[in-house]
Amino acid sequence: MVPLSYYVILSLIVFMIGVIGVLIRRNIIVILLSIELMLNAANINFVAFSHYLQNVTGQVFVFFVLTVAAAEVVVGLAIIIALYRGKSTIHVEDVNRMKW
Amino acid sequence: MTLILFSYFAAVIVATAIGVIASRKPVNSALALLVMFFHVAGLFVLLDAEFIAAVQIIVYAGAILVLYLFVVMLLNVRAEEGYHRQFVVGLVVGLAILIEAVLILSRSGFADRFPPTVSLAPSAAAIQGNTEAIGRALYTTYLFPFEVASLILLVAMIGAIILAKKGIFGKEERRK
Repeated sequence: MVPLSYYVILSLIVFMIGVIGVLIRRNIIVILLSIELMLNAANINFVAFSHYLQNVTGQVFVFFVLTVAAAEVVVGLAIIIALYRGKSTIHVEDVNRMKW
Repeated sequence: MTLILFSYFAAVIVATAIGVIASRKPVNSALALLVMFFHVAGLFVLLDAEFIAAVQIIVYAGAILVLYLFVVMLLNVRAEEGYHRQFVVGLVVGLAILIEAVLILSRSGFADRFPPTVSLAPSAAAIQGNTEAIGRALYTTYLFPFEVASLILLVAMIGAIILAKKGIFGKEERRK
């Protein structure tokens, strides 16, 4: 059998790949995809703990993560479309009007 | 056998996750993420969470990723020439946090408290079925969070319509 720590380390690696993606990419769409990576890492953790603790609550929480992910994607993509319509770019360093 | 399957799924998940953040074209990133979602679903099947695996494929791969691909193709963005200029800093910070967390995890004796022997006795979820157990928990114990989730979806729907509709504030109307 696979120890629980393998799952935790796997989800840790995926989460950190997501964090690195948010930090190094310039395209806002890819930054949103990296956030999806992080949410999926959290889901792996939830399901793994749910299995090892023999408790179904973790799988219920995956549903709520899924809901939040769907809401985040919809609002984020709407913001991207509005941004592209106004500035014709989706690169993060071209969007700095609110930077001090 | 389980270890072999886990190794395969984990290897593909890590490889495609790196592909998501490394590939220059957004379409390639989205397709790599699609492959990753399918393998995460396989991992869920390995963990006896069949219903979540199905939901993962239907909702993530079927709905969310299609939305991404739709926007990528709608905007028709060009491929990036390079990464952000904080590339080195981001990479160093990310790897440092990763190494720290793995160190903490390996020294905490965390694995001993969850021995890799599962289902000594068949659990309640295994007897009555995964989907039924989730449904029972979702509609009894977690009924209020469930309703709040529907509110979140409603807010997201209204927000997306307001953000994406042209000229809803009356200012852009003149430009047409």
